[in-house]
Amino acid sequence: MLKQIEGSQAVAQAVALSRPEVISAYPITPQTHIVEDLGLMVKSGELSPCEFLLVESEFGALSACIGSSAAGARSYTATSSQGMLFMMEAVYNASGMGLPIVMTVGNRAIGAPINIWNDWSDSMSARDAGWIQLFVETNQEAVDVHIQAFRLAEELSMPVMVCMDGFILTHSYSQVDIPSQELVDSYLPPFQPRQVLDPLAPVSMGAMVGPEAFTEVRYLAHHKQRLALKLITEHADEFGRLTGRDSGGLLKEYDCAGKETVIVTMGSVIGTMKEVLAEMRAEGHSIGALTVRSFRPFPIEALQEALKDAKRVIVFEKSLAVGMGGILANDIRMATRGLHLTVHSVIGGLGGRPITRTNLRRMFEKGLNDQLNRIHFHDMRMDIVNRELDREKAQRRSGSAAENILSDVGLVAAAKTI
Amino acid sequence: MSGKPAGAPLKAKEYKSEVKPVWCPGCGHFAVLSAATKALAYLGLPQQDVAMISGIGCSSRLPAYVSVYGFHGVHGRALAVASGLKAARPDLTVLVAGGDGDGFSIGGNHFLHACRRNMDMTYIVMDNEVYGMTKGQASPTTSPDWAESKLTPHGPGVPSFNPAAIALASGATFIARGFTGKPNDLAKLLVDAIQHPGFSFVQALSPCTTFRPDQNEWKKIVRPFEQQATDDPVEAAKRIHADDGMSTGLLYQTRIPVWQPERDVRVQTDQLELGFQV
Ligand SMILES: Cc1ncc(C[n+]2csc(CCOP(=O)(O)OP(=O)(O)O)c2C)c(N)n1
Ligand code: SF4
Ligand SMILES: [Mg+2]
Repeated sequence: MLKQIEGSQAVAQAVALSRPEVISAYPITPQTHIVEDLGLMVKSGELSPCEFLLVESEFGALSACIGSSAAGARSYTATSSQGMLFMMEAVYNASGMGLPIVMTVGNRAIGAPINIWNDWSDSMSARDAGWIQLFVETNQEAVDVHIQAFRLAEELSMPVMVCMDGFILTHSYSQVDIPSQELVDSYLPPFQPRQVLDPLAPVSMGAMVGPEAFTEVRYLAHHKQRLALKLITEHADEFGRLTGRDSGGLLKEYDCAGKETVIVTMGSVIGTMKEVLAEMRAEGHSIGALTVRSFRPFPIEALQEALKDAKRVIVFEKSLAVGMGGILANDIRMATRGLHLTVHSVIGGLGGRPITRTNLRRMFEKGLNDQLNRIHFHDMRMDIVNRELDREKAQRRSGSAAENILSDVGLVAAAKTI
Repeated sequence: MSGKPAGAPLKAKEYKSEVKPVWCPGCGHFAVLSAATKALAYLGLPQQDVAMISGIGCSSRLPAYVSVYGFHGVHGRALAVASGLKAARPDLTVLVAGGDGDGFSIGGNHFLHACRRNMDMTYIVMDNEVYGMTKGQASPTTSPDWAESKLTPHGPGVPSFNPAAIALASGATFIARGFTGKPNDLAKLLVDAIQHPGFSFVQALSPCTTFRPDQNEWKKIVRPFEQQATDDPVEAAKRIHADDGMSTGLLYQTRIPVWQPERDVRVQTDQLELGFQV
């Protein structure tokens, strides 16, 4: 049914349609609306049977899901930013134990300095944790991919994170088609745990594994994620046949076949990019784009194929590996090994810095004119950075960099009132 | 930091920073700001000798509004950060401020151990029985039947956390409760708390006008404790359990050895102080 709703509410409805049996959460912006909507559905009886546990932290929330999932219940949580970091030990635990929990990440920057706006630092911090990470472009895709996520998680016995841009998606209203319960039930069979607490066959989970077997256990997780590539495609195709929509899967191409320059990104920013790129193509530039939808597992072969004719790849990401550069860019470099192309890493939108058609167009043009460095910080004010560097050179007690920079940009009062 | 020359006493309002609070009109936290600055003025503490540490929450914004050293950390870690600060600068007067969510849910573990460690600091929990900043979810001090939060579909349904009882059981040496509707009494409690050698815990009942309009009733039910403070933990426990959580004043105070650093780090920080303009 078509509804004009907030992204968070749409996700909550998709999760409810997936019949979770235990939901546990701790509120954090911009995740809160998702779990609040689920809470309301539990209260009204619309989502039943389902146990909703508000716990004392994100660490508690994911740990509760670990317990309920181990007991055979379909389990769900959601978080953002600091919450993701705080639950990190449990994040590794869930994947290490092969528990098919689904978690939404309303992508938000991490501090310090504290910042509530969107970038991908939070889920990126868990990129090596053994969870599947699926990025979505629109709220429609968020709905569809959540339903796929439960199926994927349970078939593989592996947890799945659905990453959606905080505020840009979680708090925006759009027309979303919410599938019927019949459709979801026909797509998503009841949870059949691979391992379950069963009094007739008692097991103990969480064994200590020493050097004699640790590598094999880890390799198996990696191997299963590589196998998941196929499953992700099949599930998306099957879902597409039921709904007529192209949601999920490994990649999405936006007129990139045969193009000289290809922009690679993830999440919602492609929405703005598409328009700019269409404009540039109309002017005769050979430029297209693709989004990586499955970030973990990383679709190396699919990318090789999609980028085989490209000469120049510009990877745009809202994440930064401090001391190295782009994270997605590095993965793309690795995936395109052997292809004759140059990869530029562009880092932008950090902490919610607006990404506009104008600044994108400027950056794309630089790319076309070979003026982009290997690592480029999009729409960054180098004069502000230099002022702080000068201050640090001039004075041992130069103070806290974040506060200094804020006062340079004239926002010191606002900074103190976060 | 701006400030008068050392020695000149400051007025309470001079302990307020130039930053205007962004709290909702009528929020109880305003009164904590005013009580804290009054207490600092009464004690005549130089601004540079006071540090205020917080976590995250509406309440945790307090340090930005007070013109002493401020530290706004991550959610739930204020007491742990303050312990480190106190270890390095035992000479500073350390105030820790935060909410019931910050201190009792996500940071609850540190609360137990800070009480037990008995470092000389004052912990003010601005308790509104709700997570104000994230827009109105039940906290550990919310009563079991409060069903307004979407995250507790049928009300929390579990007994609420009793901060005084937990502080006592964990070894706190000063336990008091104040009410923002009585800011002068609260300021006096803070003076005593700051002067108390050891870990002082002050629960400030601080209504959230936006998400807990029902707390408007508090002013009708809050009253002083009937008895003077006790130094007997058994007696204190009895009083805590006989109380509905709305009696205010100093409840318990005892003196045991205060945590002391092994070495006098002050010597080194004095050196650092050279050439640093306050
Ligand atoms: C790790 C982490 N989880 C969640 C949050 C979101 N969050 C910010 S403040 C807060 C609760 C604040 O409640 P309280 O401490 O009682 O302060 P109040 O706003 O009521 O004064 C939460 C859950 C966060 N900042 N960090
Ligand atoms: S939400 Fe509540 S606690 Fe936060 S500033 Fe407003 S009244 Fe105060
Ligand atoms: Mg609170």
